[in-house]
Amino acid sequence: MATKDWPLWEIFVRSKNGLEHRHFGSLHAADAEMALENARDVYTRRNEGVSIWVVESKHITASNPENYGELFEPAQDKVYRHPTFYDLPDEVKHM
Amino acid sequence: MKEHLYNYILGIADNSLILGQRMGELCGHGPSLETDIACTNISLDLFGQVRSYFQYAAKLAGDGRTEDDIAMLRKEREYVNVLLAEQPNTNFAYTIGRQFLFDIYHLLYLTELQKSKDLTLSAIAKKCIKEVSYHVRFSSDWVKRLGDGTEESKQKMQEAVDDLWVYTDELFHQTEADKVMITEEVGVDVTKLKEEYYTRVSEILEEAGLNIPESKWFQKGGKQGIHTEHLGYLLADLQYMQRTYPNMEW
Amino acid sequence: MSEEQIMSLEKYFEERIARDEKIEPKDWMPEKYRQTHIRQMSQHAHSEVVGMLPEGNWITRAPSLRRKVALLAKVQDEAGHGLYLYSATETLGVSREELYEQLHTGKAKYSSIFNYPTLTWADIGAIGWLVDGAAIINQVPLCNTSYGPYARAMIRVCKEESFHQRQGYEIMIKLANGTPEQKEMAQDALNRWWWPSLMMLGPTDDKSVHTEQSMKWKLKRKTNDELRQQFIDQTVPQADLIGLKIPDPDLKWNEERGSYDFGGIDWDEFWQVVKGHGPMNKERMKARVGAWERGAWVRDAAMAYAEKKEKRKQAV
Repeated sequence: MATKDWPLWEIFVRSKNGLEHRHFGSLHAADAEMALENARDVYTRRNEGVSIWVVESKHITASNPENYGELFEPAQDKVYRHPTFYDLPDEVKHM
Repeated sequence: MKEHLYNYILGIADNSLILGQRMGELCGHGPSLETDIACTNISLDLFGQVRSYFQYAAKLAGDGRTEDDIAMLRKEREYVNVLLAEQPNTNFAYTIGRQFLFDIYHLLYLTELQKSKDLTLSAIAKKCIKEVSYHVRFSSDWVKRLGDGTEESKQKMQEAVDDLWVYTDELFHQTEADKVMITEEVGVDVTKLKEEYYTRVSEILEEAGLNIPESKWFQKGGKQGIHTEHLGYLLADLQYMQRTYPNMEW
Repeated sequence: MSEEQIMSLEKYFEERIARDEKIEPKDWMPEKYRQTHIRQMSQHAHSEVVGMLPEGNWITRAPSLRRKVALLAKVQDEAGHGLYLYSATETLGVSREELYEQLHTGKAKYSSIFNYPTLTWADIGAIGWLVDGAAIINQVPLCNTSYGPYARAMIRVCKEESFHQRQGYEIMIKLANGTPEQKEMAQDALNRWWWPSLMMLGPTDDKSVHTEQSMKWKLKRKTNDELRQQFIDQTVPQADLIGLKIPDPDLKWNEERGSYDFGGIDWDEFWQVVKGHGPMNKERMKARVGAWERGAWVRDAAMAYAEKKEKRKQAV
């Protein structure tokens, strides 16, 4: 049988409840169960996590940096989405 | 000194010690980096358990011996691990097979040991059981992968199971220390684990598409310190420093 | 793309790095940047993985249970670090298998220090103290390197590595404060590992081919000679503290420079080892290739099983 390499998986770990899963890195595994087990052994050896997601890397669609301008720059001048856009007198508390 | 309790602890701890040593041999030589890391984790879990047991045993002995003296300075005939634990890493199927056949037993055993009237032992069991549950998962998954993988892996896994099978019956033999500890409600009656053990093992083997060996002949002796020839070499490594440089601190 | 377009892209690229911006995998990058990074990152990964062997050599013989678990955990970390670094390298479009192939055929290099044998338990102390010490000096600046995945991998590596050197030095302390036999064992290990550790920081600046470009891309923050001086200056007092003697008769504090002067390094030995003729080069490769080949049927089985399972799932 011709050797077929274990595919690459992206690993997301929730460090503790209340936090989001964060990308920790990647690893190789033959299937999802093995990816989970490997992720546990590779990325949470020092008690770094309480929950793990694994996604086979090929299933991730990434935006293209060449489209950075059209994708992200339009958001830069939408300052009205940020609280500091709005002027309030200093005396106003709890807002 | 509570001699029976001391001997009883050695009976549990030596299994983890010898198996941990075997797993440790693989570190740096596994079939993939990921698998290497996983096997080392199992070895680390086992040595962690060994330290808890031997620290307790050293306290019981009360004669100044340390965990290391107990782990590394006994003679061959004084090690009472089961023969299964000392079998070599002939290939990865043997490593997985040995681990699997021990893990299923280990989990059943610790589940009972949790109920021990000896609070130290029951506390150790409670901690270990989480680790060992993961070992069961890991080794069972690999038995299935190898058993139900390629023709070659199936054949290798079957061969390993067939060869190691003869060492399984000994897991359920009672020792003198066992008998005393059972009456004191400290120890586990291993004879009662046997049926459940073979049921669970058979389930996984079947799922893996492997034949359940039919051998009626079994090997025994480990619990009495009568080992296979493999153990001597393992001990030569394990004990080398303590023997060559006695009475030193490291 | 016309040559002119590439030129302007390159100019923009270099400006980004100069501004301390990180480069991410899908960003445009000059081919040379990609190749240099594949080379350095994979070399780094290989070093971690080959580095498991000399220390792994003492796992079964560690003198106490405490030392045994520490060593196991350390060697396991090295596997982890190799894995982080291979993964980071894979973002540049090269697979781990290709990288292994380069290692196994001798096309790729790894740190030459691992071609020396670990003869006694003290060697495990010396490696942790000296080799990890030298490695940290090399690695800390890389947490800030320009290629994002490499920098992130290095942050993780450095965080985990912090116990490694302490573990090694602690072994040396115990030996140095032990029996005369133990102290002798420690001194012997220092004698054998000192010079290779200095060599580990790379050829002298006038012989180093990659320095200028690497500095620009933040693959390097200091030159080899600067790193070596830093290593010596920080290590000599550590040896003094535990009463071990650095095996260099020319070693002398230079008040004016505020640094130690040191004797000549045997660069012939360095090149001999780099070119594959060190004491353990062949054994190390045999061990790596052997593990990979012995593992082939295992990896195949896992793939075959995964495919079968997937098919069964779809059939339902």
